Amino acid sequence: MTTNTHGLRDWLLSDEPTSRRQASLSAWYKGWLTFRSNTLAMLGLGVLVVLILAAIFAPLLASHDPFAQDLGARLLAPGVDGHLFGTDSLGRDIYSRILYGARISIYIVLLVAMVAPLVGLIVGTVAGYAGGWVDVLLMRITDIFLAFPRLILALAFVAALGAGIENAVLAISLTAWPPYARIARAETLTMRNSDFIHAIRLQGAGHTRIVTRHIWPLCISSLVIRVTLDMAGIILTAAGLGFLGLGAQPPSPEWGAMISEGRKYILDYWWVATIPGLAIFAISLAFNLLGDGLRDVLDPKEGTS
Amino acid sequence: MADSYASDEGRQLPSLPPWLRKTLATLATVAATILGLLFVTFMIGRVMPIDPVLAVIGERATQAQYDETFRELGLDKPLLVQFGIYVNDVIHGDFGTSIRTGQQVSSDIARVFPATLELATLGTLIGVILGVPLGVVAAVRRGSWIDQIARFVGLIGYSMPIFWLGLVGLLVFYGMLGWVAGPGRVGIFYQGVVEPITGMLLVDSALRGEWAVFRDAFSHIILPASLLGYYSLAYISRMTRSFMLEQLGAEYVTTARVKGLSEWNVIWGHAFRNIRIQLITVIALAYANLLEGSVLTEIIFAWPGIGQYITTSLLANDMNSVLGGTIVIGTIFVGINIFSDLLYRFFDPRAK
Repeated sequence: MTTNTHGLRDWLLSDEPTSRRQASLSAWYKGWLTFRSNTLAMLGLGVLVVLILAAIFAPLLASHDPFAQDLGARLLAPGVDGHLFGTDSLGRDIYSRILYGARISIYIVLLVAMVAPLVGLIVGTVAGYAGGWVDVLLMRITDIFLAFPRLILALAFVAALGAGIENAVLAISLTAWPPYARIARAETLTMRNSDFIHAIRLQGAGHTRIVTRHIWPLCISSLVIRVTLDMAGIILTAAGLGFLGLGAQPPSPEWGAMISEGRKYILDYWWVATIPGLAIFAISLAFNLLGDGLRDVLDPKEGTS
Repeated sequence: MADSYASDEGRQLPSLPPWLRKTLATLATVAATILGLLFVTFMIGRVMPIDPVLAVIGERATQAQYDETFRELGLDKPLLVQFGIYVNDVIHGDFGTSIRTGQQVSSDIARVFPATLELATLGTLIGVILGVPLGVVAAVRRGSWIDQIARFVGLIGYSMPIFWLGLVGLLVFYGMLGWVAGPGRVGIFYQGVVEPITGMLLVDSALRGEWAVFRDAFSHIILPASLLGYYSLAYISRMTRSFMLEQLGAEYVTTARVKGLSEWNVIWGHAFRNIRIQLITVIALAYANLLEGSVLTEIIFAWPGIGQYITTSLLANDMNSVLGGTIVIGTIFVGINIFSDLLYRFFDPRAK
């Protein structure tokens, strides 16, 4: 067994890969080794894995029904009567609500992380590839969105669309795409006149094929870094909208909304608002640590050290 | 926003001198951006599920009244014409009437804005006074415990929800320790005592010599301002550190050291001098961010500023106020962005 893993390790770290698969797996493995040596990034990854598992297995881990009210057991302190984190003003178990709330946060982050970079990728690559007035027009629109205050714009969008998780996702995405468009445009500009694109064009590839098959894949890694670094910001914005009553609606156990509910009791019953805040802090800190680590692995020239 | 495509606009005006061409291009950028902002707010106003006519005349009006108001509001005209009227109104400072307060949105905003300005300015001051030295020291003693602290402070700042930190701050410093005053801008006894001059209570009370009011107002503002200051500190110290690292690695620093200059002189007289312009840009951006970041802070601290105005209006479906507030904050945001960009181009010879 030992020799076998040794062999795999040597095969992965080989300086002369014999196949494309070996070369690409080797690159992944070396990246993982760099990432693993970064303690803080590993800590972030660990916290995230725990939170994701908690979200997936929420029904098994929860000690109570997150929506079940018990007015006889209102505002119990943490630890009383088997309520790990205490209960809120309607007697609902905060620990169980936090677990179910993790599902909402992860759902929002994943949706935004899929929508916003995709919009940015399309706008940026089209602008960079087409050039000319298309470029000027698209980048001017991007600049306009970039010059907006994000939270205020998201507020205005939610106001127009109506409160709710899906609309919050849409509003955050509408304000989050411009940086991705800029990155994708910059990447496209460096590639547009390179030899391999000319070669593909001479082989008869159309514009759509060039952009989607050859330019997009090469933009992905810089977009991934940026998305990971942005995820904490997305979580904080979503929680802010929830806190203002514009995101997930009651009785949903969204963390921002839970803080908002607990706000009235902060001076007498600190845990109602404090514990959901710690959950938000934990998940965004984890994303920040992970993003920093990924940047060091995938983009060494922008490293912090 | 140093655009590579700004030169495309310049090319159409070949006979003008370069400085004028650049100024015109910048003005065109400002105009386009603000027009874009107005277009977005206009469209948001159109897709609202709230009927603007019913909002004015109420639900029990007759069909004839409805039609008349419909025409009065210009809703029968083409969308582009409506947008033109809207832009014209906004340029003349007319954002419509607030349904909630019954007053002109522009006068409402003029009333609440100084409170936000006061909060954001004090916050930025705190961020600059603490953040710049922290960033410089972190860069000079790279890897030391103080560098670790700077990094830690930044990381926490980027990860913590501001409204939650505000609540915890209230719990600790107001509820438990009693060091500061609670939510609100000034205690109930001092409300309306000072005749406004600038609208900023700290400035006004100092100018009028009402020191009791000043002390009370200071006790109210210090917690929210420190909170905002912490967030700008996180950003300012991180940027200062990376700018300084870049300078300290340069050869002129070695030369200065070889010449036998004191370490103090090398750091503050040489390296820091060269990052001043970049730093002003960063501080301007931090200031713009605080104007926005104050929205959530104002809610927590019941601070009667523009952020609270926008959110309260939002929950009351008072769209004119929401969009008016968005336009004002957006315009200031754009203005500060462009100002810092111009400053950078003007003072940094490399950007020319």
